Amino acid sequence: MNPVNAVSRANLARLTRHRLFWPVAVLVLLLVVNAVVTPGFLAIRVRDGHLYGSLIDILRFGAPLIMVSLGMTMVIATGGIDLSVGSVVAISGAMACYLISEGQGLAVALALSFGLCLVLGLWNGLLVTRLSIQPIIATLILMVGGRGIAQLITGGQIITIDRDSGYREIGGGHLAGLPVAVLIVLASVAAAAVLARRTALGLLLESVGGNAEASRLVGIRASGLIVLGYVFCAVCAGVAGWMISSDVSAADGNNAGLWIELDAILAVVLGGTALTGGRFSIAGTVVGALIIQTLNTTIYTAGIPPRTTLVFEAAVVTFVCLLQSPAFRAKVGRRRPGGPVPPPTDPPSADKKVEVPA
Amino acid sequence: MTTALALPAVHRRHVPVLVTFGLFVLAFATGALRYENFGTAQVFADLFIDNAFLLVVAIGMTFVILSGGIDLSVGSVVALSGMLCAVGTSRLGLPGPLVILVVLLVGTLFGAAMGYVIHVFEIQPFIATLAGMFLARGLCFTISEKQISIENGFFDTVALNRVALPGGVRVSAGAIIALVTFAAAVYVLHWTRTGRNVYAIGGGEQSALFMGLPVARTKIQVYAISGFCSALGGVLFAFYTLSGDGLHAVGMELDAIAAVVIGGTMLTGGSGYVVGTLLGVLVLGVIKTMLTFEGTLSSWWTRIAISVLLFAFIALQRLVGIRRRARSSPSASSPAPASPSPTS
Repeated sequence: MNPVNAVSRANLARLTRHRLFWPVAVLVLLLVVNAVVTPGFLAIRVRDGHLYGSLIDILRFGAPLIMVSLGMTMVIATGGIDLSVGSVVAISGAMACYLISEGQGLAVALALSFGLCLVLGLWNGLLVTRLSIQPIIATLILMVGGRGIAQLITGGQIITIDRDSGYREIGGGHLAGLPVAVLIVLASVAAAAVLARRTALGLLLESVGGNAEASRLVGIRASGLIVLGYVFCAVCAGVAGWMISSDVSAADGNNAGLWIELDAILAVVLGGTALTGGRFSIAGTVVGALIIQTLNTTIYTAGIPPRTTLVFEAAVVTFVCLLQSPAFRAKVGRRRPGGPVPPPTDPPSADKKVEVPA
Repeated sequence: MTTALALPAVHRRHVPVLVTFGLFVLAFATGALRYENFGTAQVFADLFIDNAFLLVVAIGMTFVILSGGIDLSVGSVVALSGMLCAVGTSRLGLPGPLVILVVLLVGTLFGAAMGYVIHVFEIQPFIATLAGMFLARGLCFTISEKQISIENGFFDTVALNRVALPGGVRVSAGAIIALVTFAAAVYVLHWTRTGRNVYAIGGGEQSALFMGLPVARTKIQVYAISGFCSALGGVLFAFYTLSGDGLHAVGMELDAIAAVVIGGTMLTGGSGYVVGTLLGVLVLGVIKTMLTFEGTLSSWWTRIAISVLLFAFIALQRLVGIRRRARSSPSASSPAPASPSPTS
């Protein structure tokens, strides 16, 4: 084997071991498949000063999912999980639309809806920290009850609002050529990334997720950080709720954000954040959410019959998760003669969290 | 006086189950006092009849959770099993018992396949079973997007006949099958090696491995058991509704997890009892029965009421459990830090 070949192989191995390599590779693969199947898929046109095209659509329709997944990342980083985001999406959209339909101003409607989301996040956080209820159960309570609250607000009806009110801009408007929803997502992701990586906040969150009891003993206010995570998650879900309801100018307490919690958790995991808590990746989550949205777009454009959509999704999820699994890569790599055998990286199950008495 | 003497004899591990039992009795007594015809043996028997499939599914879930995993696919597997029953009997015209055997086999293999992926490729159970959930639900819709009704002599006979018990109480075959499954689960968990292995893996997988226990086999086994229970739950659901539909049992995985947790089993694994799961299912059943007896609630108030009761229940259990634990072993609850501990 000549030395140049060996060096390039080493580089390739380093590249494939990067935590974002496989998610990005799958996203690129999906885009390439689309570009082949649908001519002009990658084209972006300018019409009336706005950008249009399939890629922009993926960003625009994926915006709510990215918002929810962003919040979910923080909760999962603290070692928790939030099943209630779908209900919060419904509640915030219902609250905003109800107030606007009652003749309140846009600012009042958004402020009250935002405040309600803060309270819901605080409720989840306090259940997890003060009552030490397991997160999946603590947030299950709001997941079940929240749909009821959303329907209570809408009175069991679908509230429609005037399409001329400024509320529609959030999900359907354009600013500087880009959809407003995409700009909101960009700003939120940038703010979260700066807060998490340019201050100590991200490190503290990872520390709490790694071992809450040890973090408490070194003087980190673990319960405060966990509550913060749930509040942030609820607020993100609330903003996603505005996007979804404003896009259609209507609030549906029953179906808005239905099953979005599963998509969001999936996006976080596809992005390489482990459900056991600890290290998290905001960029990974964004890529994960984009994979899911591109997949949905692919299903429509490639003409896969809607009845087999779920089977197709299951296949892709399994495929991506297997690619990310070190154990799977080791097994496949070993079978290929002469191929580089990846060194056994620590499997996620090995760093089993230390049980601490609550 | 007697209670004060008797209490310390209760083992700490049994407290959550006893609390759940007490709360169930309390809830049933409240219903009996509040509504006419509630406090009868038939209403109690109806709890088993109406929740037979949930009980069976939750028993499978108990195995998985005790081993430290989770299975989100159960609701979809219930729907898929019901769909296969309907297709097998009504479309293909096969005999009922044969169809049921095939369905149980399919469910078991489905669970075992997920267990294999989880163990061998180290995929997180939450994600692997989420993919299984999509797959099973998707297969349902691929088979048929519409509801298929079951027209089969065997299914009709089993579904429509009731077994009379002494005292004029009548129960369905589904309830009896569920109770037999429960007895089998108690036997397996407490009197067989498999049961010991499940608890050991839930307590600490590394330790179980070092002790030389068959970790790989047991992990695949628990998901296979859960798959089997889901398929059996699906068959019972088919008896109950006499139809197969891709939209059946949506969200049942959450009911099953809630029942297991209300029964005092820890989601971290290694601690809990299957009898707690039975009580958890009964508690959910009592809540739903009370809401039916109330009768005047809009659908959204029903949802809010269920979540409020769920919250009250879990909170009460936590508070009682925490106080009991603090009283019984103050030193073991948390090691005293050398330095003054920071406020949290």
